[in-house]
Amino acid sequence: MNRAELLACPECDLLQSDSAVPRPRKARCARCGATLYQRHEQGLNRSLALTTAALVLLALANAFPVLSLELQGERTDATLAGAVAALWSQNMQLVAALVLFTAIIMPLAELAALAWLLVPLRFGVRAPRFGAVFRLLQFAKRWGMVEVLVLGTIVSFVKLGHLASVQAGIALWSFAALMLVMAAIEANFDPGELWAKAGA
Amino acid sequence: MSASAASLGLLACHTCHLVSRAPGPGGALCPRCGSRLHFRKPGSIGRTWALLIAAMALYVPANTLPIMLTRSLFGSQDDTIISGVLFLWGDGSWYLALIVFVASILVPLAKIIGLVVLLLSVQLGADWRPDQRARLYRLIESVGRWSMLDIFVVALLVTVVQLTALASVRAGPAALAFGAVVVLTMAAARSFDPRLIWDPAKEPRERSIPA
Repeated sequence: MNRAELLACPECDLLQSDSAVPRPRKARCARCGATLYQRHEQGLNRSLALTTAALVLLALANAFPVLSLELQGERTDATLAGAVAALWSQNMQLVAALVLFTAIIMPLAELAALAWLLVPLRFGVRAPRFGAVFRLLQFAKRWGMVEVLVLGTIVSFVKLGHLASVQAGIALWSFAALMLVMAAIEANFDPGELWAKAGA
Repeated sequence: MSASAASLGLLACHTCHLVSRAPGPGGALCPRCGSRLHFRKPGSIGRTWALLIAAMALYVPANTLPIMLTRSLFGSQDDTIISGVLFLWGDGSWYLALIVFVASILVPLAKIIGLVVLLLSVQLGADWRPDQRARLYRLIESVGRWSMLDIFVVALLVTVVQLTALASVRAGPAALAFGAVVVLTMAAARSFDPRLIWDPAKEPRERSIPA
């Protein structure tokens, strides 16, 4: 039996052969409708290009303030790291850790894992610890919450609006762009193609 | 062919979805990505219940205790999640009030109820509308993350306002409870194995072949 041609639906475990599934851009399970895979021309190359862009945006998003508040000539900038520090100093270490984890560490881990897997593969080399880094990638995707952070910033913006003059910082735009780029990576990245290229 | 991989002694990797032949007792690692292989997630139902009950218990303080404490020259104000929603509503930002209401109140509650329904239906061996229940599970998994919204809002408000002379904003105890609810419900959804929904389902009825 050729194992590579067998697909088991990750959500309902229905076994189906890949040849029975037509090869459009996206294949769905015949029974429960879960996405089995999505395939693209140049999917990995596009993912790699987008990952590079996303890493630059992530650096900007963390270096600059998300919001700035001006009150009687006094200006306060809120960076993401500043928010973590503020929560920490208020005896909310667990909440601070949650923000640090979901807004900074996991997005960085996702992009770093993608770069780790895709850059050597571009030159036909399988990166060391390929499987472990792939597992990290799947985990980081679940816990990275850039898009939620963007919405949270917009809500904060409105809540502060009545209090003083609020300005959106460079990081807000960077995070918004990062959100779109990461969605584009998600749409282009096909683990099936990754494993095929890696020779497993 | 209409059979689950497990019924044929095949396992699909939870992480990379590679189908491989069942190893001997004691389990094995996925030959491709190295994840531990299981036919079904081990202890799925018990673990999901445990996480879910913890989330239910914390849902109460998350909604009744203040999430944000504001102190200013003009007095002090303690905001719960609900009063934050009402503030946005009264402020004329009804669309944001709606978003926060959905993300902070409706989504966690719907997740808890939805997972209870899924757990009970699996434990009772129901074969009722597995396609609808599978869709419910997918919905629960995909919307869960949006509940983090209020945590990010509190984090940013606390940071921006804490240093000004006129007012100070501190995170309230509900922030901790609410953060825990989000993490616990996400972990609960993750530990539930949606394949259990389909295990009692009868094979799709095929047209009988005329003799």
